Amino acid sequence: MATNVKAQVAAAPPARSWYGVVLLAWLVPGGGHFLLKRPGRGALLLASVAIMFLLGLMMRGAMFQPQTGDVLTTIIYCCGFVGDLASGLLYLLTVWLGYSQPDMAGHVHDYGAKFLVAAGLLNILAMVDAYEIATGQKD
Amino acid sequence: MPKMNLSHFEVAILFALFASVVLGVITKRTDAERLRYGIRCFAYFVVALIGLGWLMKLGHG
Repeated sequence: MATNVKAQVAAAPPARSWYGVVLLAWLVPGGGHFLLKRPGRGALLLASVAIMFLLGLMMRGAMFQPQTGDVLTTIIYCCGFVGDLASGLLYLLTVWLGYSQPDMAGHVHDYGAKFLVAAGLLNILAMVDAYEIATGQKD
Repeated sequence: MPKMNLSHFEVAILFALFASVVLGVITKRTDAERLRYGIRCFAYFVVALIGLGWLMKLGHG
């Protein structure tokens, strides 16, 4: 039974080109789901990622900039930068409009920086989900 | 841009809430299953938060 289902999924042609869906899902959290006619799920993803990102900004969280040095520094700053960048337009607008905060000491700022990265990571999960829907691996 | 000052507990609860919503939305096949999974994830986050909090308090002495 499970083998039949897997064979059907593997044999099913992609529902549509996934490039545009994933690009839109990156730029606008939940955008891929809107494009794939899943507005309810898209709205929940948009609200969750956007609110989390805005809370991070209001806590004066700093954006990571890629830095190299020792291994730990490279991993933290480069991966943090990728996490920030994964929020798409939210990140780009924040940087372009000058809302990006300098790194400051304090636990609330630290929580804010983590919220900004976590919003991007949740958007990556949403992008993967949109990709799976677009390629027919998921209904 | 207004500034927010939240406690560690409030921040952790907010993180648990939004992460649970996303995890619920992207997994499972029906809305009922997604809702149940999201609530279960949130409950696990809260239990882990309180459990680890007590563990740190007791470990710290």
